[in-house]
Amino acid sequence: MQWEMVIGIETHAQLSTQSKIFSSASTAYGATPNTQACEVDLALPGVLPVLNVGAVERAIKLGLAVEGKINSPSIFARKNYFYPDLPKGYQISQFELPIIAGGHLKIQVGETEKIIHLTRAHLEEDAGKSLHKDFHGMSGIDLNRAGTPLLEIVTEPDMRSSAEAVAYAKKLHSLVRWIGICDGNMQEGSFRCDANVSVRPKGSKTLGTRCEIKNLNSFRFLEKAIDYEAQRQIEIIEDGGTIQQETRLYDADKNETRTMRSKGDAHDYRYFPDPDLLPVEISDEWIEEVKANLPELPEARRDRYVAEFELSAYDAANLTSSRELADYFENTVKQLPAQAKLCVNWVMGEVSGRLNKEDMEITNSPINPAQLAALLTRISDNTISGKTAKDVFDSMWQGESDGNADAIIEAKGLKQISDSDEIEKLIDDVLAVNEQQVADYRSGKEKAFNSLVGQVMKATRGKANPAQVNAILKEKLS
Amino acid sequence: MFNASLKQLSTQLAEKKISSVELTGEFLKRIKTQNPNYNAFITVNADMSLAQAEAADEMIAAGIASPLTGIPIAQKDIFCAKGWLTTCGSKMLSNFISPYDAGVIERFNQVGAINIGKTNMDEFAMGSSNETSFYGPVRNPWDVAAVPGGSSGGSACAVAARLAPGATGTDTGGSIRQPAALCGISGIKPTYGLVSRYGMIAFASSLDQGGPMAKSSEDLAMMLNVMVGHDQRDSTSLKRESEDYLRDIDQPLAGLRIGLPKEYFAKGMSPDVEKAVEAALEQYRKMGAKTVEVSLPNAPLSIPVYYVLAPAEASSNLSRFDGVRYGYRAKSYSDLDDMYRKTRAKGFGAEVKRRILIGTYVLSHGYYDAYYIQAQKIRRLIAQDFINAYQQCDIIMGPTAPTVAFDLGAKSSDPIQMYLSDIYTCAASLAGLPSMSIPVGFGDKNRPVGLHIIGNYFTEARMLNVAHQYQQETDWHFRAPAE
Repeated sequence: MQWEMVIGIETHAQLSTQSKIFSSASTAYGATPNTQACEVDLALPGVLPVLNVGAVERAIKLGLAVEGKINSPSIFARKNYFYPDLPKGYQISQFELPIIAGGHLKIQVGETEKIIHLTRAHLEEDAGKSLHKDFHGMSGIDLNRAGTPLLEIVTEPDMRSSAEAVAYAKKLHSLVRWIGICDGNMQEGSFRCDANVSVRPKGSKTLGTRCEIKNLNSFRFLEKAIDYEAQRQIEIIEDGGTIQQETRLYDADKNETRTMRSKGDAHDYRYFPDPDLLPVEISDEWIEEVKANLPELPEARRDRYVAEFELSAYDAANLTSSRELADYFENTVKQLPAQAKLCVNWVMGEVSGRLNKEDMEITNSPINPAQLAALLTRISDNTISGKTAKDVFDSMWQGESDGNADAIIEAKGLKQISDSDEIEKLIDDVLAVNEQQVADYRSGKEKAFNSLVGQVMKATRGKANPAQVNAILKEKLS
Repeated sequence: MFNASLKQLSTQLAEKKISSVELTGEFLKRIKTQNPNYNAFITVNADMSLAQAEAADEMIAAGIASPLTGIPIAQKDIFCAKGWLTTCGSKMLSNFISPYDAGVIERFNQVGAINIGKTNMDEFAMGSSNETSFYGPVRNPWDVAAVPGGSSGGSACAVAARLAPGATGTDTGGSIRQPAALCGISGIKPTYGLVSRYGMIAFASSLDQGGPMAKSSEDLAMMLNVMVGHDQRDSTSLKRESEDYLRDIDQPLAGLRIGLPKEYFAKGMSPDVEKAVEAALEQYRKMGAKTVEVSLPNAPLSIPVYYVLAPAEASSNLSRFDGVRYGYRAKSYSDLDDMYRKTRAKGFGAEVKRRILIGTYVLSHGYYDAYYIQAQKIRRLIAQDFINAYQQCDIIMGPTAPTVAFDLGAKSSDPIQMYLSDIYTCAASLAGLPSMSIPVGFGDKNRPVGLHIIGNYFTEARMLNVAHQYQQETDWHFRAPAE
């Protein structure tokens, strides 16, 4: 039988506020345990939460970017359960009325574009961390993370393959960074995905029983966990079994999922509106203000690149995969708008390749857009050849002459010889001492021509404009 | 000195007839000798109080004193006070020294008032007799066989027994007003949102409100002037222009329309209470007020509604007392769940556990709609009843409690009977309305009777004026129990 996967994804994006969602303690990562937990985070008797407006603003940004409905009011609710890293004995979250309802993201898998619908996005606080190592027979609790603002973004079960799931996760990852609401650092847990996976016979319209897979902290694990889980479910069904709804944990070391808790163990969270917090009212004026400050969104920019710089959809999509990359490109092309394709090739080729190789972010590139543009200008005005430019690029990357392309070209004497009189003179010299090759060429041996070009280039140490050399040589020999 | 009003004490301090250190010392001495009879205080810390008194004397000397500078105020042990044991009447917090000040404590500290001690209370403010306290019951100064009411029983007792000239209380369903009535003092629960809840250990967040307890309405107004004000650490704290609650205190009452809810003058009120309340109303008529009958048709539902909503919120609010970070933790346990179970089983008393169970039940899947949602709807109807009633009257009056103080132990085995002590006070709490109790005489066994005054939102100044005018004509509020 042909099987079809059905996948929905829940993402916890940590919002990039300086302080926590309900207290003024810092959200900075990696501090000494419990040094960033104030009396509110510790849930001392009598303390109360106060909503961080910055978290709301970031949620509005996402709502606008995915064209969702921004609910006003939205309501904070308490999700009650006991766990040592949950200081209040409840998590403040949103339940019946989330801040964002609906919305969608477009993903591209191969040649196909697909729309993934969002169910909702809601604000909530993160829990602390239990530390089980280093405490003999006990557990340690670090509450630095408690109260960190999260936006939980939930999709409809719209994805049909792990590739689509990864494409969605990458798209969302890029978007939250693009609009500046989340740093997207997956190692530090700033962007965490859970996948709801079920399978059904291809063509079926009903949904199978789903399992939720937790702990997917990379795109690769997301893909592998979904593939493993779908296969596991298919095998059970094909063996005549049924799927039990449960929460499963992905073990990256063994590449398998295993039961974390079954539906029978499900908590009754006793959600109810948090009486310590007022309903969140969001005025139209506020939404307009946020909208006005929203950066141009990836798709708008992609379309603009196609229209403005006549780039292919493929190039435009690649360039807009991250805002930093797009900004880099844009700041480069701004200085030589007629050479957009040259800019794309260098940004996606040399620059990206070098960054990848050295595992660096584009924001830390040793060569900035203005410097790159200066180099590319010398290609386009024939001062240097593309090949020479790569050598200059290397020098710039090493920081030679403060990354000034012209200074490097000058210092190393790499300027291309484009003066035709000078080239002609050089060619005459070469022809005078290579009578045999001239005769060979004239008798039909094409190879002899290349040898002559090589000699001219050698005489100029590669600085002659090759096209010019070709043209003049052909003329002389005809 | 012990019978003096806050205003008189304030004048004496300002005129340097007495220093704050002397005044504080006198009250500390009195507490030391008298408190064993009443058990009104959980914690007294003479060193800390006297240090505050010294600082207050410096403020007075520097000419930066305000009316409450140097005056001892007893603080209900529900308010976190930095460096003070803050127990909330529970074994669970019997070792909790607060590292921070509640908003209310901060405001008293700022004006240089003296924290004279932390008063006893029903555990986590759950109770109407002060019998649920881990620290033992408080006695009614009028008759030590009787309860003082609750949950602010220690504060009410401290003021009535003249162990403090003023005290703070908190009121969730009547916890300021009912003990004030039972101890023959004055107390006001302001409009919800006027007094910061920050650092006031939460029982039922949507109902809890702090307020002053003192001998007279004028004293309440002076304390309210300190206690009310926006606190950005409490999202339910209201941002309003500050007002002087003394400003209207001398206004005449002619033309005042007093609404008498027929539901509150039906069966349930004991005859001795009715007699004292009727006499007070007669006094008001003499002073030029008119009484009109009004109706609060949903008010009889306030007890059941209250006992769904308050426990629901409490069950969640009290989850933080889990033995993990502070407070009591069971001595031996086998694993995490066992630690939770034993800590909470041993750390909480019976009434608190009962309410956690009720609250957990009404929020449970399958019961939430039938109980919690339904109760919220009725809560709105109750609030609407008051809005309708205020079309016909300016202020509402009735009995604060259905009976005078009952004997210790009389109701402790019957929670429903105990809950009915708050039958007249719960409705105003659910509506978030300001309401107060003032002493209007004595009933059976010569135990005090309180008059309940419910005002419209933000009409505290008018209510205090209405109470004050009565207290100009009567002297119930000056009566002190025999020692």
